[in-house]
Amino acid sequence: MKLLVPVKRVLDYNVKPRVRADGTGVDLAGSKMSMNPFDEIAVEEAVRLRERGVATEIVVVSIGVQQCQETLRTALAMGADRAILVLTEAAPEPLAVAKLLRALVLREGPRLVVLGKQAIDDDMNATGQMLAGLLGWAQATFASRVEVAAEADGGTATVTREVDGGLETIAVALPAIVTVDLRLNEPRYASLPNIMKARKKPMETLSLGDLGVDVTPRLTTLRVSEPPVRKGGVTVGSVAELVSKLRSEARVI
Amino acid sequence: MSERVREVMEYDVVVVGGGPAGLSASIRLKQVSPGASVCLVEKGSEIGAHILSGAVIEPRALDELIPDWRERGAPLDTAATDDRMIYLTAKRAVRVPLLDTVMPHMGNHGNFIVSLGDVCRWLAGQAEALGVEIYPGFGAAELLEEDGRIVGVATGDMGVTRSGEPGPGYAPGMELRAAYTLFAEGCRGSLSKRVMARFGLRAGVDPQTYGLGVKELWEVPAAQHRPGLVQHTFGWPLDHRTYGGSWMYHFGENLVSYGFVVGLDYPNTWLSPFDEMQRLKLHPAIRPHLEGGRRISYGARALSEGGLQSIPRLTFPGGALIGDAAGFLNVPKIKGTHAAMKSGMLAAEAVAEALADGRPAEPASFTARVRASWLWQELRGVRNIRPAFAKYGTIVGAAYSGLDAMLLRGRAPWTLRHRHPDHAVLDSAAASTPIDYPKPDGRLTFDKSSSVFLSNTNHAEDQPVHLVLRDPARWRAVNWDRFRSPESRYCPAGVYEVVGADGVGEAVGADAVSGPRLQINAQNCVHCKTCDIKDPTENIDWAAPEGGGGPNYIGGM
Amino acid sequence: MTVLVLLDHADGQISPASRSAVTAAVQLGPVHALVAGAGPALDAAVQAAARIAGIEAVLRAEAAVHAAPLAEPLAALLASLAGEYDHLLAGATATAKNVMPRLAALLDVQPISEIVAVVDAETFVRPIYAGNALATVRSSDAKRVITVRAANFDPAADVATAAAIRDVATPDVAPLSRFVSAELSRSERPELASARVVVSGGRGMQNGENFRLLDPIADQLGAAIGASRAAVDAGYVPNDYQVGQTGKIVAPDLYVAVGISGAIQHLAGMKDSKIIVAINKDAEAPIFQVADYGLVADLFSALPELERELKTG
Repeated sequence: MKLLVPVKRVLDYNVKPRVRADGTGVDLAGSKMSMNPFDEIAVEEAVRLRERGVATEIVVVSIGVQQCQETLRTALAMGADRAILVLTEAAPEPLAVAKLLRALVLREGPRLVVLGKQAIDDDMNATGQMLAGLLGWAQATFASRVEVAAEADGGTATVTREVDGGLETIAVALPAIVTVDLRLNEPRYASLPNIMKARKKPMETLSLGDLGVDVTPRLTTLRVSEPPVRKGGVTVGSVAELVSKLRSEARVI
Repeated sequence: MSERVREVMEYDVVVVGGGPAGLSASIRLKQVSPGASVCLVEKGSEIGAHILSGAVIEPRALDELIPDWRERGAPLDTAATDDRMIYLTAKRAVRVPLLDTVMPHMGNHGNFIVSLGDVCRWLAGQAEALGVEIYPGFGAAELLEEDGRIVGVATGDMGVTRSGEPGPGYAPGMELRAAYTLFAEGCRGSLSKRVMARFGLRAGVDPQTYGLGVKELWEVPAAQHRPGLVQHTFGWPLDHRTYGGSWMYHFGENLVSYGFVVGLDYPNTWLSPFDEMQRLKLHPAIRPHLEGGRRISYGARALSEGGLQSIPRLTFPGGALIGDAAGFLNVPKIKGTHAAMKSGMLAAEAVAEALADGRPAEPASFTARVRASWLWQELRGVRNIRPAFAKYGTIVGAAYSGLDAMLLRGRAPWTLRHRHPDHAVLDSAAASTPIDYPKPDGRLTFDKSSSVFLSNTNHAEDQPVHLVLRDPARWRAVNWDRFRSPESRYCPAGVYEVVGADGVGEAVGADAVSGPRLQINAQNCVHCKTCDIKDPTENIDWAAPEGGGGPNYIGGM
Repeated sequence: MTVLVLLDHADGQISPASRSAVTAAVQLGPVHALVAGAGPALDAAVQAAARIAGIEAVLRAEAAVHAAPLAEPLAALLASLAGEYDHLLAGATATAKNVMPRLAALLDVQPISEIVAVVDAETFVRPIYAGNALATVRSSDAKRVITVRAANFDPAADVATAAAIRDVATPDVAPLSRFVSAELSRSERPELASARVVVSGGRGMQNGENFRLLDPIADQLGAAIGASRAAVDAGYVPNDYQVGQTGKIVAPDLYVAVGISGAIQHLAGMKDSKIIVAINKDAEAPIFQVADYGLVADLFSALPELERELKTG
């Protein structure tokens, strides 16, 4: 069974995002970029599924600028088999990304697509669900545990999901989309020997035109601003006063 | 972990460190010896992540390395146009007149204000285009030696737990074997230190002396930005026994690089380089430049100040030391990038020659090449200036420096020596005058915690602490009882914290009974190496943490 | 035009996050609500929905496939109703985050996730980069599919008069997924990242043993327990307790910081909390600069007192 794992290149999670003074966005110039942490978990899960004999091939795909090749190489070093870069200077929205991925799914024929639940830059949390909607496939989002029973012409994934206040387990028919949450696994290191070997794994570059997808954005960002600075409130004189204020004034307990 | 199996890769040349020296060496090697296989490892998460410098750079070495750097889009965009040296008292600023005459080594005509991190990112692109394999995120942790010869390095193991056991994600390091290994780790490199000890490279030279540079990057309103302005100060807030001063460069898009260097031979145990840097911003010579702007990055790095007298033997069987790992920095000029690059290029030429020879040897022609180059002439000309400050203090030192430059033109028949390593120069708490630093205002001046935040430093939580007290008991008797924990002040990242002492830190109750103890917040470390240098008994050992850890300096830094 | 809000419910109650979505929705137009489910609990939820201020009509979708909120039938149901509406909203619950983007794909629109403010019918503010920046975005889509961040809109209250209720049919879709089981952690501690209340300890706790002093408080409040990096570095608690830049980012309704000085790394991880309480004996601690309620006190006397006060509530 073939797996497709999309990965996104984002500002490294260690780097504090800085809003540009002109309000046009977050300054990325010269700052460290890395694979979206949730996507690392997706790659790791895919590799484990192959190690368990469920998957036979893992194709990773990234959509974006030339440097996304580095992100793909990391995924290859973690154990993916081959990579596809859809080259574009635009930063497509989740809807356009989902359409591009649908085109790739139709081309590659995976039975399972594993994605991070959200990218830590735009925090949309949408691409996986949208891809499922476009394909008419089942979806299992926010996975903290994934079991796959593949059969020749079907099969099931049993997925435990992080939901409000606990966990929920669902069974989805394959082919399906799984988006992964933080607790699913601890991604392995891309070790130096594996990074070296990854240089020899195949990487294909496609253009938007190759996939015939319109990526015209539907959202216009009018302004990006710093969140308001939080101000201090009041000093209370006693524990009793604190509890009373939390009950009657803030109404949070 | 004795069972571990490490993979091995063979190269002609392995370069340790992706700064200007290592990258220039790699590029030069591929230029003169295109068939040679070259591998460069860098402990930072990417090239540039650990690069910290002012920086005004002299393009001389770059002109030689990549003559068409302008066409290739090197990020040298702001020419230095307005050059000022200012002597400060607490309230006043006196501009040194006729700077080009009295301090000719300081002249910045033809130089560029840059982000050295960005320059390194660009150099890395040039190197990769020539076929250099660059692996950031992997620190060299171990020397490989066979038959008395360095045959490469091994990268550190990944996924080792805090207790030193292999964790679930354990990945052993890798052996990178090479005919020649070039150490370009920058000032106080951890492997460079071991190589020098192993081959006795420091025999017969002065001890290396150091400075600590603490830097902030500001974005200022366009109206107060004066691209091309280069300003240095000396004098206040340091006393005459302490060497150092500030820099401030306006460059790029509304960026101002501001920073402060303190010679680590400072004697007052109460001195805090970080707080000196903070309080200087309140001086009228600095304040109007930054006020109304926002600070966008922070970092710190030690640098070598010993100059010519402190440069060790450069080669050993199987390799060489280059750049600031060897101490190629022109202190009076406040520049090291051109020296680092040139030394890397010369080493590459020596190595290429040795490779052509076929038989592994010591790339000894490197030393002769250095001595025959402009680099040696330049360092020789300024060799007495920094030690004069140490010997005579700021005022007489500055006068000597003018005299040396104007009358002797650097050709004095004597050479002033560095007599003491920096760690041996520190007065006890009782003998030092406490310094009362102003509280940070949160707009112009800041505390360490919010500063370290802007370095984007991080270290994987579950790994051995990379800063170790060799003898923990000595801390109480020496560092606390005698010096009142100088590390809690000289560390610019808040790694060292005393808890349990009365009125210090948060701890009370149980801790108060057991007395003060040292809390090491290793995660905060920005890899400046000062603790490895300045600890009074050299009791702190800085070892490379897991690859990819440490600061993530942003573009423009 | 009218707005449709998908309401989340459990045990016949409408979730507070859904009530917040109603508050956001009334800024856009008249509000209809959709309640989907099966079995007796559905009717209780529908009745509760009909009494929420601002809701003019409740659409009741009863079908066995809605017994558990699965994405495929719910998205299909919403898509079948979408013709009448310009805006389709939901509180950003796990269910809505699962369903709404799928709905958006079916409608060929780009969803707008977790808005914190409504500027006008097509313009919204939403956090990006984990709340480190706010983006104001304008949608050019004909229909807008939106989830609403609960902390930024007060939950809509109840009114005396009930809105009209009508039944809607669920389209036939092939069953692609099946509910198996749920393990709701009612008795145990909630997950730190999603807890409604978080109680965190810092180095002021002095040792790992003392962290147990936080347990009864957390029990009373149904809170998760967190820690500052200083406490983690000092070895008091494991790293997965860590709140902050290098730990978990949390935004609960109530965050109680006990013995935490408030290093910026920590503040980065909790500054989006709705209400912040700080208990620290150092009146100069930076945590007080962000706390809504500050108590300057020794935590070792304040914590037992707090436990008693909460019990009497």
